[in-house]
Amino acid sequence: MQRLTQSTPQRPQDETDPRERPQAPRGPSRVLLDDQGIQRSLMRIAHEIVERSAEPDHLYLVAIPNGGVPLARRLAQGLREVADLSLPLGVLDTTLYRDDLLSSGRRPPLRRTEMPCSVDGHVVVLVDDVVKSGRTIRAAMDALKDFGRPRAIQVVGLIDRGHRELPIKLDYVGKNVPTKLDEAIELREVDGAEGALEMVIYEAPGAAADGEGER
Amino acid sequence: MIGRDLLGIEDLEREEIERILETAEHMREVGRRDVKKVPTLRGRTVINLFFEASTRTRASFEIAGKRLSADVVNFSPSGSSLKKSESIFDTAKTLDAMDADAVVVRHGVAGVPKRIADLLEAPVINAGDGAHEHPTQALLDCFTVLQRKGRIDGLTVTIVGDILHSRVARSNVHAFRKLGAEVRVAAPPTMLPTRVEETLGVKAFTSLREALDGADVVMALRIQSERLEGAFFPSVREYSATFGIDRAKLSYAKEDAIVMHPGPINRGVELSHDVADHRPSVILDQVRNGVALRMAVLYLFAGRDPHGSVAGPGGSA
Repeated sequence: MQRLTQSTPQRPQDETDPRERPQAPRGPSRVLLDDQGIQRSLMRIAHEIVERSAEPDHLYLVAIPNGGVPLARRLAQGLREVADLSLPLGVLDTTLYRDDLLSSGRRPPLRRTEMPCSVDGHVVVLVDDVVKSGRTIRAAMDALKDFGRPRAIQVVGLIDRGHRELPIKLDYVGKNVPTKLDEAIELREVDGAEGALEMVIYEAPGAAADGEGER
Repeated sequence: MIGRDLLGIEDLEREEIERILETAEHMREVGRRDVKKVPTLRGRTVINLFFEASTRTRASFEIAGKRLSADVVNFSPSGSSLKKSESIFDTAKTLDAMDADAVVVRHGVAGVPKRIADLLEAPVINAGDGAHEHPTQALLDCFTVLQRKGRIDGLTVTIVGDILHSRVARSNVHAFRKLGAEVRVAAPPTMLPTRVEETLGVKAFTSLREALDGADVVMALRIQSERLEGAFFPSVREYSATFGIDRAKLSYAKEDAIVMHPGPINRGVELSHDVADHRPSVILDQVRNGVALRMAVLYLFAGRDPHGSVAGPGGSA
């Protein structure tokens, strides 16, 4: 049975959806990766992808919005420079495949999905900014099968912050960052610098907010 | 930010309308996939409770629910105990007890969906009540205009036909006005509600030519013979000659005006064949968009959550 009280505890938001908790109290922040650091990580990942791919022409980059989109764009550029690859680049919103929609009663805003071609026979490389529970990646894998049958699925996470709730491992990691559950990590644009990105971690506020951090 | 039920456009804020339209835009993408189905409402039940005949609206809600993986059940008077004179409220409560996650109601009498909503735990979506409102039709009309024109703010929308009896007209007037359009209505005087300009905030015309002058959107309403008991116009032929939209009359509107109709069309009455079937007409877009729009509505409203918990971004239960 559904709980009928008004006090349904709010789950902490999915790590990829900062829009869902814009007003959440946050502690002080520091930069985990600046724009150059992000760029270096993505270039290293581009090299790794080329090394490990038997047929790099069959790769298909798929970004998970919002954070994955600018990262996948940069990764595509990196692959062009490193191996002269011109790959399909898709955007895949996972919201309609989430496992917590109806139990939580929340209806997060949907985001753009744009898959330029079928994934049949491609090695799909999912690109996300931060991976925590693995639930978003699980949702993305479910969504992908509605666009064909990929030969394989691999995952790039710029930040792996641990706390996995599903048996999902990343194939390419920018940086492993051990975190507390009530910290928040966010990819954001640097104020006043066109297109520059930074990855920021917010410490938990003095006292943990009610109902959060129990996931 | 979004309430429990969708009973009419009059109750909605502009931001709520915009949120529904934005969600519909993403649902349209789902409809373009090879696999047109997402698991969002898996295990949920949507009940179509239609006390009045409907083909397209009911089918549209049914397809929308199925594309979201809900189980959709159709109830209509001909096949149910309504024939055995069960009251509509008992019927609705029975469906509620079956744990419906949304009940889509159409009824010939204004206000019935509201009465049902007051009794039920499940969210109620009004699919047309008497001459009151038909909110999803207006939303899909706005969605279609937005798609074709890129905006609604500042457009001139002329609604032609039986304004007095039309729930489509009322919902559309509210929707387009809330989104910043100027709305005009054109009809024989017998088909205009009294004091329509004050009560609905529209400009009323009995001359089609003046009403169409400079219009971006021309919306013809169906002549609903089932609701016309009195003599509202001398003959169908005369109505058609004065208020039927053909190429010649359409030339009064802007060159790039689009033509809409909620269907089903009485061909040769509200619209001539060449207008109904050719480019300025977006009637089939309206039908197509109806599915995406109703998917958005079901996504945002369906679910027996604690009342009022269907929250927007950052909202809490």
